[in-house]
Amino acid sequence: MNYNVDEKGYYGDFGGAFIPEMLYPNVDELRKNYLKITAEPEFKKEFDALLKDYVGRPTPLYFAKRLSERYKTKIYLKREDLCHTGAHKVNNTIGQILLAKRLGKTRVIAETGAGQHGVATATVCALMGIECIVYMGELDIKRQAPNVARMKMLGAEVRSAQSGSKTLKDATNEAIRDWINNPVDTHYIIGSVVGPHPYPDMVARFQSVISEETKWQLEALEGRDYPDHVIACVGGGSNAAGLYYHYLNDQRVNIIAVEAAGKGIDSGESAATSALGKEGIIHGSKTLLMQTPDGQITEPYSISAGLDYPGVGPMHAHLFRSKRAEFISIPDQEAMDWGLTLSQMEGIIPAIETAHAFAALDVRKFEPEEIIVFNCSGRGDKDLETYIDYFKL
Amino acid sequence: MNRIDQKFQEDKKLLSIYFSAGFPNLEDTLPILKNLEAAGVDMVEIGLPFSDPLADGPTIQESSTQALRNGMTTEKLFTQLNGIREHINIPLVLMGYFNPMMQYGIEKFLQRCSALGIDGLIIPDLPVDVYHEEYKSLFDKYGLYNMFLITPQTSEERIRYIDQVSNGFIYMVSSAAVTGAQNTFGNTQTDYFKRIAKMTLKTPTVVGFGISNAETYEAASKYSRGAIIGSAFIKFLEENGVDQIGKFVKSIRD
Repeated sequence: MNYNVDEKGYYGDFGGAFIPEMLYPNVDELRKNYLKITAEPEFKKEFDALLKDYVGRPTPLYFAKRLSERYKTKIYLKREDLCHTGAHKVNNTIGQILLAKRLGKTRVIAETGAGQHGVATATVCALMGIECIVYMGELDIKRQAPNVARMKMLGAEVRSAQSGSKTLKDATNEAIRDWINNPVDTHYIIGSVVGPHPYPDMVARFQSVISEETKWQLEALEGRDYPDHVIACVGGGSNAAGLYYHYLNDQRVNIIAVEAAGKGIDSGESAATSALGKEGIIHGSKTLLMQTPDGQITEPYSISAGLDYPGVGPMHAHLFRSKRAEFISIPDQEAMDWGLTLSQMEGIIPAIETAHAFAALDVRKFEPEEIIVFNCSGRGDKDLETYIDYFKL
Repeated sequence: MNRIDQKFQEDKKLLSIYFSAGFPNLEDTLPILKNLEAAGVDMVEIGLPFSDPLADGPTIQESSTQALRNGMTTEKLFTQLNGIREHINIPLVLMGYFNPMMQYGIEKFLQRCSALGIDGLIIPDLPVDVYHEEYKSLFDKYGLYNMFLITPQTSEERIRYIDQVSNGFIYMVSSAAVTGAQNTFGNTQTDYFKRIAKMTLKTPTVVGFGISNAETYEAASKYSRGAIIGSAFIKFLEENGVDQIGKFVKSIRD
């Protein structure tokens, strides 16, 4: 079985482009051009140079000694938290802004939940001198004030999404509407491996630098370029897609995806899409999503805003259904505890999203000679207030 | 013959009205339909509410959200439409997003529509290519039409393709925009209406999005077979109630 996207934009049963006709020209323009443009030597040169000099790549592949001793296995962290702006998100926004420029776009829009993708988009727009508008749910604007301020400092306009539940999915709806209303001059930078084809594949390719580096870094450290397990948290799934990418068709590598169980899978307040979702359509993609029996999309919950999405990218839906990946879900409390554990055992304060991934160590057994690579996808600065409230620091 | 085709044989400009089923009140569906027909409306799009209607503007989204809060579901709407053909003769089109239909089961959904006397569907997020390859045979089996949208950005080649696949009518989106009322149309829109008229498509066209009053209705239907009004009607309903529908229709046509 092949786990990459097919020529029609599907991963197995999932993906495609279920978009209103009003979006067709925009999406079609991207579909026809993204592979061609990103394969141009000039594009690659500029992309690689920015990743190196601006983002700070390659990010280290760090052997977590104390953690490895405690769990009696070999644990490596791919340090995406050391990227400029504090998370892997910027790998994608750099790629998309270069693409937008080559398509002659003069205006960029984006959606954001916690604000990380919004900040990463505002950053690259500042870098290129391109107008930037970020849609953010009214509730998230209140919850994530520091990131709103960052976006404003970077020169972006933050527009409040007032419709529906006033969170990430509504910000995404508003961004899509903006794109419908501005079909010619605007590029929409989607922040995850979601949305209509070609977005899931395009974003995965830009994030694939994560596993590309992991391969040569592991080769140097361990004498083989593949680990036994790759583990990442999944909301929409972009950091996971980046870590899995070059191992998707390598059956020697076990893939583990960690979702947010929120207050528990059966609590009614969860974001564990693989457990709770059914096949359907969200934001132009056929995938697994959380919905009522009547097909209305429901509001997910997780303490980490970045995992708080009612669907998963179609690649992940396919990895789940085909059993290529193991899916586990971790409740708020365990994720928060891992935020502390990683801080105190390795001196790394992770984003709460990232902390979910590490909880896999408590859920499942690993052998002493096995090599595990975690995507340490983001740093915890943005979550300080949540940590303070939670642990009464 | 499908009621939609019959309607388009009449020698007149058509007025079609969209409303969100379950709004303002859950049980308004039948009274709204009766009043619209009595007021001389030619065709109705019954909106099946969806939580995330991304092709729609704020007015329709809010009415959908309210309808869902009122308790509207796919099954509920079908129950309300049970026996509708004893009361209503004009063509009825169900308009909704694809996800609720998928969850109901596409074939079961089409079967129900057909049994109730629904004439066709408009599904904004089911692209014409996917319909053509995967669903057209099912629609044909149940004698249901599926109508597609075109916009000022749709290429001529794609319009020709849509024309080939279409039956009933082609829904011309007036401008590059989500749904919502506008007061006037500019030259760009008129040029676009004229450009499409010159293509002499086999399928008749009806203009929608941004039609709110007699002026925009007239401008839109000048180069097409008629126009569809949604947001402006929903606003009127909210402010004036179901009993006053006749007044709204009069304000558009007189």
